[in-house]
Amino acid sequence: MRIVPLLISGLVTAGLVVALNTQLPVAGSKTPRLGYFLSPQLGFWQNAEPANADFSGEIKLPELRGKVDVYMDDRLVPHIYADNDLDAYFTQGFLHAKFRLWQMDFQTYVAGGRLSEIVGEERLSTDRFFRRLGMVYGAEQTMANMDKNPVMKATIDAYADGVNAYIKSLKPEQIPFEYKLLDYKPETWTPFKTYLFMMFMSYDLSGRGATADLQLTNAKNYFGYDEFNKLFPNVEDSLDPIIPKGTAFLKPSIVPQAPANVDSAYFGKTRNNSTAMAPMVPDKDNGSNNWAVSGSKTKSGRPILCNDPHLGLNLPSIWYEVQLNTPTQNTYGASFPGAPAVMIGFNDSIAWGETNAGRDVIDYYDMQFKDSTLSEYMYNGVWTKAEHRKEVIKVKGKPDQVEDIAMTVFGPVMYDQSYKNISTEGKYLAVHWMANVPGTAVQTFYDLDHAKNYDEYLQAISTFVCPGQNFVFASKTGDIAIKQQGAFVARWNRQGDFIMPGTDSSYAWQGVIPTDENPMIKNPVRGFVSSANQMVTDTTYPYYLGAANNFPLFRGFTINRKLAAMNGITPEDMQHLQMENYNSFAELARPVLMRYVDENKLNGDEKKYIDILKNWNLKGDYGEKGATVFKCIWDSLVTAIWKDEFSDAKLPLSWPDAPVLLQILTHDSIYAAFADNVNTLDIKETLQDDAMLAVKKAVVKLKELENKNMLEWGKFKDTRVNHLLKIPALSRMHLPIGGGEHMINAAKEAHGPSWRMIVHLTDEIEAYGVYPGGQNGNPGSKYYDNFVDTWAAGKYFRILFLKKEQAAKHEKIKWHLTLTNS
Amino acid sequence: MKITVAIILTAFLAYVTGLYSTLPWWSFAITSLLVSVAIHQKPGKAFLSGFLGLFLLWAVLAFLKDSANEHVLSAKVAQLLLKSSSSIAIILLTGMIGGLVSGFAALTGSYLRK
Repeated sequence: MRIVPLLISGLVTAGLVVALNTQLPVAGSKTPRLGYFLSPQLGFWQNAEPANADFSGEIKLPELRGKVDVYMDDRLVPHIYADNDLDAYFTQGFLHAKFRLWQMDFQTYVAGGRLSEIVGEERLSTDRFFRRLGMVYGAEQTMANMDKNPVMKATIDAYADGVNAYIKSLKPEQIPFEYKLLDYKPETWTPFKTYLFMMFMSYDLSGRGATADLQLTNAKNYFGYDEFNKLFPNVEDSLDPIIPKGTAFLKPSIVPQAPANVDSAYFGKTRNNSTAMAPMVPDKDNGSNNWAVSGSKTKSGRPILCNDPHLGLNLPSIWYEVQLNTPTQNTYGASFPGAPAVMIGFNDSIAWGETNAGRDVIDYYDMQFKDSTLSEYMYNGVWTKAEHRKEVIKVKGKPDQVEDIAMTVFGPVMYDQSYKNISTEGKYLAVHWMANVPGTAVQTFYDLDHAKNYDEYLQAISTFVCPGQNFVFASKTGDIAIKQQGAFVARWNRQGDFIMPGTDSSYAWQGVIPTDENPMIKNPVRGFVSSANQMVTDTTYPYYLGAANNFPLFRGFTINRKLAAMNGITPEDMQHLQMENYNSFAELARPVLMRYVDENKLNGDEKKYIDILKNWNLKGDYGEKGATVFKCIWDSLVTAIWKDEFSDAKLPLSWPDAPVLLQILTHDSIYAAFADNVNTLDIKETLQDDAMLAVKKAVVKLKELENKNMLEWGKFKDTRVNHLLKIPALSRMHLPIGGGEHMINAAKEAHGPSWRMIVHLTDEIEAYGVYPGGQNGNPGSKYYDNFVDTWAAGKYFRILFLKKEQAAKHEKIKWHLTLTNS
Repeated sequence: MKITVAIILTAFLAYVTGLYSTLPWWSFAITSLLVSVAIHQKPGKAFLSGFLGLFLLWAVLAFLKDSANEHVLSAKVAQLLLKSSSSIAIILLTGMIGGLVSGFAALTGSYLRK
C-alpha cells in the first residue's frame, strides 16, 4: 500500500464530493449542489418531461368519496367530473400540486414571512415586514372565522387533502425543479396555507397603503397640508367613474365625523411622522379591466362579459385553468394554485370577473407606550395592556430571528424600536388593515361558482371582505351588473391618508359601509358596465373614497368611450378591445405639451423627434416610435418639474400623478411655482423653460435608443414574463407585444394582463381565454410557457366547456385520468 | 479486457445504486471504489475506468432524457449554469462531474489494494 498517494486520492475524492454537495456562493447567489443537481437519476434531468408525456392513468386515493374522471385537453386544461363537490376540490388540489407544487408552496413562504428559511438572511427584511404587518395573524383570524362554516371548512380541507395526496406520492427524484435548484424539500400542505395565499393576494391588492400612507404623511409634512392638497387632490378633472355620474345613492347609514382636533393634530404641519419604503411594494398598477355589454349592444342579442386582471407577469403563472363539474355546479375559469374554486370564470348560467377597487383599507396609528417593554399603551385616558405576539423566523444557517410584536386595539405595532428606519425613530406605529380582521377568503368565489342568477351573484359577493373588488356580472338571461364590494371603512374626508393619532378612539374606524350602500349598477340604459380601477363614483357618493392618486383614470376613459360607440358587438370585437393600445392620456397631454414647445428654438435632431411625436397615432403598438418619444419627453418634463422640490425633502415621497401635472400644464399658472428650479436661485424657470429642457434631455436619450435600434415602443418597454425567482433562464424575455400604462392592453415591463377572458352568454357558452404562461409549472415541460406567444400576439384559445359525455370523445381531449378510492 | 469489465461494472453498480433515490447522489463513489479494489488495475487505468464508467453512464442517461425532452430543460439549465444555450455542453458537464468523482474514488481503490 502506498500511503501518500492513497491519502491524496482519498482526500481528493472526499473533497470533490463535499464541494459538489455544497451550495457554493457565486456572484451574489448560490449554486445548487452540483453533484446532486446534475445527477441524471436524482437531479434536474428527472424534471425533463418527455415531449410526448402521457398524463393518462388510474390512481387510487382512499380519501375520495366517489369516482372522479379528469379529461385533459391539448392545452393541458383539466376538465374535472366528480360525483360531489368535495371530490372535485380534492382533485383540484391534487392537480394544482401535480402541476404547480413548487409555486403554490413558495407563494405561502413569501406570504408567511418564511423566505429566510429557504434562502438565508438576505430575505430577512421581507420576512420581518410581512410578519410585522400581520400576514400570519390575519390568516389565522380568517381561518378561525371560516372554520365555523362547515361547508367552507370541508372544502378547504378536501383541497388540502388533495394536495397532500400528491405530495405523498412523490419520490425524492420527482420533486419539482426549483426545490432541487434551491436545495429544499416540499412540506405537508395545510388548510392554513390557503389562507396565507389569500393574504398574499390581499397584500398585493390592498397593501399599497402600508407604504403610501407613510409617503403621503411625509409629503404632507414637507409641503404643508394646503400645498399637499393641490399635489395629491381628491378629485380629478377628467374623471369618468365606474358608476356613471348622476346615479343616485342611498342615504348613508353611517355619517363619519372628523375629530375636533383634526386640523392641528392630523392635518397640521408637525414634521415628525415620516418613514421609508417597504421592502416589497405592490405595483401601483395592480388593477385590471372588466366590462359587460348587454344584448342590446351585441350582434347575437346576448351579453358578453370580459375581464383582464393586471398583475405581475410571472412564470409559473398565478392562474391555472380548470373546469369543475359536479351535480351542484358546472364551472370553468381561472383558479389560484393554492386555493380551491374558480376565481374568474363562468358556469352554465352566469359569468363574472373582478378588478381591484383600490380603496384604502390600511391605516397607521401613532401609539404611546408607557415604557420600552411595550406592555401598556395609552388609550382613551387609561394605560391599556398590550398582548404580545411572538413571530419566530427561521433563518438558513443562522439562529432564529424572533419578532416580539405588541398588539393594540388597532392591530399589530408594526414599527417600534426594534423595527424602524431613518425617520420612524421613537415612533410606535400600529397598523389597522382590513385583511387582518376576520374575512371570508374563498367563500365568495365558492358561491359565485354555484350562483345561477343575479340575486345569487349579489348574495355571493356580499360576504367579500378584502381586498375590495369590482365584481362584474352577466347572465344568460340577459342581466349585466357591476358592484364594488369589500368591507370598506366609512371615512371622513382624508381619514387614514396619513398616520393618525392612536391615543384615543377619536381617529378609529367608525364603521364599515353596509354592503347595500356599496356602489353598484344593474342593466344601465347605456347598455354596458365597466371598471378599470378608476374612482368608483363621483363626489356625490356620501363616503370618502381615498386620494385620487389611488385611481388610474385613462384606461376606464378609453373603455367607456369605445363601448359607448360600439354596436352589434361580437366576441372578436371584444378581443380587439382588450388588445387596444390607444393612449387617451397622451391624447390629452400631447397638445398641451406642444403648447410649451417653441419649435423655432429646436435644432435638427430635436425637430426630427418632435415631428415623430406630432405625427404619432397615439397608439402604443409594438412598432410605434412616437410612443417612445412621448414617454421620454413626458418623463423628462416630470423630472424637471418635481425633482428639485421632492428630492429636497430627503425622505421617501411619491411624486404626484400624471393627471396632476397635466392639470398644471393645462391651466398653467395654478401651481407654476413648481416649474422654478429651487436649486437655481438667480433664475426663475417657467413651464416653457422646463418643457424645452425636457425636450433637449429626452432627445439625448432618444438618439441613444435609436442607435441601439430600440426606438420602437415594444423594444423600448421590453415586456417580459419573470420566473418567480427572477431567473432570466427560466423567464420569457423581450416579448413582441405593445401596450402599457394608460392603455387598455396594460402590458408593461413585467406587469399586465395576467388572464384575458371573454364570455359570450349564448345558450352554449362561447368563451375565449389566454394567459402568459402554461398549465404546467415545470420549466422542463413544453407546457410551461406554451401560451406566452399566443398571449403576446393578442390571440385567444377557444375554451372547451364540455359536458361529461362530450369530453369522453372530444377530439381535443388528449388524456384521461381516473381517480378512485378502491 | 480488464478495463472494459471494470468500466461496465462501475456503470452498472452506479446505475443500480442510483435507483434507490433515498441514497445520496455520491453513493456511486463507494461502488466505484469497490470495483477498483475487486478488479485491480494500475492507478492510471483504474482512474480511467472509474471515470469512463460514470462519464458514460451519466452522459448517456442525460442524453436520453434530453432527447425525449426535446432539449427544453437542458437549454434553460445551460443558460443558468454556463451562460450558453448548448444542451450538449450540459450533458458533457454532467458526465464530467460524475466521471471525476468516480475516477478519484477508483484511484483510491487502486492504491488501497497495493
